[in-house]
Amino acid sequence: MKSLGSIRRSFAPWNDPTAKPYILFDGVTKRFGDFTAVDDLSLAIHEREFFALLGASGCGKSTLLRMLAGFEEPTAGRILLDGQDLRGIPPYRRPVNMMFQSYALFPHMTVEKNIAFGLKQEGMPAADIAKRVAEMLALTKLEPFARRKPHQLSGGQRQRVALARSLAKRPKVLLLDEPLGALDKKLREETQFELVDLQYELGLTFVVVTHDQEEAMTMADRIAIMDKGHICQVATPAEIYEAPSSRFVASFVGNVNMFEGRIVSRRGGTAEIAGPDGLSIRTDNAGEAAEGADVAFAIRPEKIRVSSQRPAETGFNAIEGEIFDLGYLGDMTVYHVRLADGRIVKASALNAARTSTDPLTWHDRAWISFAPDAGVVLTR
Amino acid sequence: MTGPGGWSRFNIVSIVLGFAFLYLPIVLLIIYSFNESRLVTVWGGFSTKWYGELFRNRGLMDAAWVTLRVAFLSATAATVLGTLAAIALTRYTRFRGRILFSGMVFAPLVMPEVITGLSLLLLFVAIGLDRGFLTVTLAHITFTMCFVAVVVQSRLLSFDRSLEEAAMDLGATPAGTFFQVTLPVIAPAVVSGWMLAFTLSLDDLVIASFTSGPGATTLPMKIYSQVRLGVTPEINAACTLMIAVVATVVLIASVLNKRREVQRQRDEQAARRG
Repeated sequence: MKSLGSIRRSFAPWNDPTAKPYILFDGVTKRFGDFTAVDDLSLAIHEREFFALLGASGCGKSTLLRMLAGFEEPTAGRILLDGQDLRGIPPYRRPVNMMFQSYALFPHMTVEKNIAFGLKQEGMPAADIAKRVAEMLALTKLEPFARRKPHQLSGGQRQRVALARSLAKRPKVLLLDEPLGALDKKLREETQFELVDLQYELGLTFVVVTHDQEEAMTMADRIAIMDKGHICQVATPAEIYEAPSSRFVASFVGNVNMFEGRIVSRRGGTAEIAGPDGLSIRTDNAGEAAEGADVAFAIRPEKIRVSSQRPAETGFNAIEGEIFDLGYLGDMTVYHVRLADGRIVKASALNAARTSTDPLTWHDRAWISFAPDAGVVLTR
Repeated sequence: MTGPGGWSRFNIVSIVLGFAFLYLPIVLLIIYSFNESRLVTVWGGFSTKWYGELFRNRGLMDAAWVTLRVAFLSATAATVLGTLAAIALTRYTRFRGRILFSGMVFAPLVMPEVITGLSLLLLFVAIGLDRGFLTVTLAHITFTMCFVAVVVQSRLLSFDRSLEEAAMDLGATPAGTFFQVTLPVIAPAVVSGWMLAFTLSLDDLVIASFTSGPGATTLPMKIYSQVRLGVTPEINAACTLMIAVVATVVLIASVLNKRREVQRQRDEQAARRG
């Protein structure tokens, strides 16, 4: 049997130029009065994809989801689902279902009735409804609670009822608005993996809106980073993290150190950047940046080494500073190193051994250094 | 200065005076309904004979029946209209003339009844509608509707709109959503609105006097006209029965409410424990 991971790795329809997108936003704009929530946005989502819309509140991600569900109509542009233009189709005739952030469980109905609601609207025979409801209860492990009302359930149970209800009609696409936002941390982590397994087993297309980057990184095949009604980057979690397309994406996802500088020379993919305060950077990931261009060099904290000794190869990618702050998190240690110009550089080291051979503490002089392929050059 | 249980003498005195002020007249009325004597102000021993007289009095019983029918019909119609008005006011917050509309819905709350009654009378005369059962009912719908709208609107303000969106998302049409989700959820407020409209209609005298005609005399009108000829113990008995009915309804409503609240809290605690 093929493992889940290997199948997932080979799943990349977005790299196939002949693949037909399942959901297509084509030049979609949405204005509320003077406020433009979504601005001329185009986006393609493929069948069976677990797609995340990630952004701060007010970036337009929820509006995008609500337009797909039919609660808002685009001011301009069109939305296609499986080739069909959705304009003018009311929410109750769209083959998509939504799981609401507040769960929106009907308080006057039992768990069973909540799950059966959508099926009843279709006019499904009672026997079939009972069968499907039983199936959904089993899938979400809710059988013991079938006769309870929503206020008699815990937060995690309510979340599962909301999920079962939105899946009962077997929609082509499931929309999830901050699906785990109301759960506590531990439950959230468990549920993330459950959702991914469920999506894979049922072979559905999931579009999830979240402001929690960890959630998006864990669950999604691809992530769209949104800001002010625009899409900044659409890519896999690893690409977003390791090859962000702009300063905004780099600083929005995870921790990052950003050095502004100018490309002084460039040969092939390798470039040298005159950084601030005498830091000279040599990088293999120069991207499109031309010689003389003002760029940002972005590097993640875990890719920076901190040591008390001057690194062997000098001249590039190393600078001395002072340990300004340090945090021991158990699995790793976070260092804040202050450079001569007062700038703070964040670095983190995995505590693979129980005791460090090179113990550093507050106010120690320390060298930070990194490899030529550790960071990326950003022009935008 | 502190009496038993932390009550100061001042507190006790003010509470006793307050309750006496509110309920002494009613208590006197109830006591005198059991008076043997025909004279209202002279105690002649205990008796229930005036209750028997009351049920044999055709005029009073007819008036009571008219009142109940008017109250039932007008409360029902006012509940439908008031609920619709409340929905329009909470849902469509941006339509042109909303402030004017909401002002016009709520103005009758503070409008002197004499003015409401007189203007309705003028309207009925102008359109040539004969005054009687229909006109009283219409008038009561008009003035109780705004009370229903207030009660239902306050419930709708805390209503989670995503419930309706969820219903539509699951395939319910707007009408289906209203009857399967919105109405059941706001039902307690609608029922309270109905009860409020019912009691308001039951004891209205001023508007009914303006808009009623021959054959449609309501109980308050009948009582008022009889009292002008002198208070009889029968009237005391009729009023005591009205108090009993209203008190019972209020008591049942509050007990049900309290019990539901307690049950809900218990359930929520149980759910939190796991």
